[in-house]
Amino acid sequence: MRLLALFDPLTRPLMLLLVTAVDRALTPIQRRVGIDKMGYFFVLPNLIIFGIFVLFPMLLNFYYAMTGGTKLFPADRPFIGLGNFGTLFDCGDFLSPNSCQEDLFWRGIFNTIQFVVFQVSGIVFFSLVTALVLNRKIVARGFFRSVFFYPVLLSPVVVALIWKWVLQHEGVLNAIVEVFGGESTRWLLDPNWALFWVVFVSVWALMGFYTLILLAGLQSIPPELYEASSIDGANTWQDFRFVTMPLLMPTMFVVLVLALIRAVQMFDQIYVLTGGGPGTRTQLMVQYIYTTGFSNQIQLFGLSAAASMVLGITLLVLTLLQLRLGNQSQLA
Amino acid sequence: MRKILASLVILALLISVVPALSQDMVELRIRWYDDGNEGEVLRDLLDRYEMENPGVSIEIDTVPYRSILEQLPLDLAAGEGPDMARVTDLGGLAEYYLDMTPYLSDPAYWEENFGPFLNWKRLPGDMSSIPGFMTQLTITGPLINRTLFEQAGVDVPSDMSDSVSWEEWAAAAVAVAEALEIPYPMAMDRSGHRFAGPAISSGAMYFDDMGHPTVMDEGFRNMAELFVNWHLDGTMHPEMWPLSEGYAGANEEFANAELVFYMSGSWQVGQFSEQIGDAFDWQVVPNPCGPGGCTGMPGGAALVGIGATEHPEEVAAVMEYLASQEILGEFAARTLFIPAHAGLSAAGVDFDTDLQLAKEALGVFVGQVGTLEQTAFDLQAYAFNRALFDATRDRLTQAMVGELTLDEAIDRIQDDVDTALAEQG
Repeated sequence: MRLLALFDPLTRPLMLLLVTAVDRALTPIQRRVGIDKMGYFFVLPNLIIFGIFVLFPMLLNFYYAMTGGTKLFPADRPFIGLGNFGTLFDCGDFLSPNSCQEDLFWRGIFNTIQFVVFQVSGIVFFSLVTALVLNRKIVARGFFRSVFFYPVLLSPVVVALIWKWVLQHEGVLNAIVEVFGGESTRWLLDPNWALFWVVFVSVWALMGFYTLILLAGLQSIPPELYEASSIDGANTWQDFRFVTMPLLMPTMFVVLVLALIRAVQMFDQIYVLTGGGPGTRTQLMVQYIYTTGFSNQIQLFGLSAAASMVLGITLLVLTLLQLRLGNQSQLA
Repeated sequence: MRKILASLVILALLISVVPALSQDMVELRIRWYDDGNEGEVLRDLLDRYEMENPGVSIEIDTVPYRSILEQLPLDLAAGEGPDMARVTDLGGLAEYYLDMTPYLSDPAYWEENFGPFLNWKRLPGDMSSIPGFMTQLTITGPLINRTLFEQAGVDVPSDMSDSVSWEEWAAAAVAVAEALEIPYPMAMDRSGHRFAGPAISSGAMYFDDMGHPTVMDEGFRNMAELFVNWHLDGTMHPEMWPLSEGYAGANEEFANAELVFYMSGSWQVGQFSEQIGDAFDWQVVPNPCGPGGCTGMPGGAALVGIGATEHPEEVAAVMEYLASQEILGEFAARTLFIPAHAGLSAAGVDFDTDLQLAKEALGVFVGQVGTLEQTAFDLQAYAFNRALFDATRDRLTQAMVGELTLDEAIDRIQDDVDTALAEQG
């Protein structure tokens, strides 16, 4: 009943009714299962939804990965064990995609690795720098915080279309280059430039979100620590090195894990910006999975499911590794 | 008070009667995509049908073309499809079609008028089912911007010869582009189907002696080499193939007079009539020639009944209405589509346009039907031709950007097709 005191007198009768109804409904259940197990009862709805929409599809995907043929219904598909994984890993030389049976899968892996390394590093670095700047008492701080967060609100397709317009041969960027006497470039047709722009655009679009997380982390550091380090004669770099970074590390790991997962899953933005091209230069794993399973006339669901399992396991290992490293650094 | 009571009684009666009425109403759904105004025309035709048949309501679900290619097959495989659908993967989806023969009042009409095209929609070995009709026959072929040729003072090659090679067209298009600083001399839709016509003209056989699809011949290689090199030297639109996934077209570039020669097809006539009109002289020219002929590819879209429908009789009735010579003739005239109907072909269609350019363009495409090679028809009728087309499109793109050599690309096309067919069983 102390809970009711939290509500204003007008809504209190309604809340009283509600609390009484919930109490009456739950008391018999609590008597039957015991108070210790009531927690399970409360998470049950969420568990059911998780089971239907996450766990069941995962298990189904696992089954598909072990089957061949082109039929959709699992019962119609012949069981081939690890055959699909054998196809994916059938390589003369793992460092040369052209020697692999599924060369596009390996191109997807190499492209994904490059994209993840550059994109995640870029996001962490630029988000950190931006958060540090926005944490200072600068003019129009609120305005700048909004500006950096704004691209996060845009749909990835819109972001890609805007940048496609900027980067196309007769686009804004080439117009600017030509004004300064330079020669126009086909930015997205050159394989290396294409990768650069794909990374750049995704960093631009996403860094606002991570900046916000790091900003929250920075603001949770007690100011007394900076006062104490100042009394000890620490300069700005030493403040950053010995106060900010150690205390920001848990937040940094959150950012790192989230950015990593998002980078590996990247699809829509690149799909619209370059279509995975030129050729397959910016085609990541997820696009390979999509094309193999859904886009081709003869849809190889099994191969696609096996590739998605490889992707999922890789992501799991990387995340666990990061968490382990994070825990170790915190203990140290 | 009495008025209120009377109103309540009437309301109660209405509420009880409406569900009974709606239970008798058959609702049919058509999954559709638009190239131009055909969805609008179809709606108008169906409105008339609904007026004459008050027990039937027909909804058109218009979706992007990509959804027809990617989502519809999944829906059909899951038994969740519509009652009818407009498809272009004619043979690939044949297992899901409704054989309307038992429900049609006159199956002979269909054989007589759609006969040559019914095979495109049948499974191998099936010689008798009637799953639907072609909403249009398409012919692939080049369109040129004649005004640009005139401005550049370059002769249009097809004015001087009936048999112009691809190389001659390329040289002329480059000359025009250089003279007028036009960004793109040539472009071809990003599609293996579009590439197939030039490849067959170059001598590609597409099938071996056993009837298995193959690209391992000199004819295919010669055209592929020419095509890849044209992307490298800027003759072809350099970004369209390398920087796209799936189908891409150059409609915008052509309509904006940034493109001299565009290899596409007859379905563009309606769109260009709307977009370009007579802003400049655009013209369809005969397919370029090579040692294998001067062929484009036939193709088209079909409206088919779906086997999982709960209302096969009603579906067949709607199809009979739409496929009747009068209605199909009106559809073709208003959409500027070439009809795939023997009766209409014999009678001719008075296309509903005042634009002379469009009439001439359609005339040239219709005239091209006679020049199509048998290989082109065989390839179009092959149920898994899209596997071949898609592999061609994607692997040649890799050759253009240097990820594969041309020979590696051709080997990969063959591997991709063989693997997919082996899985298909």
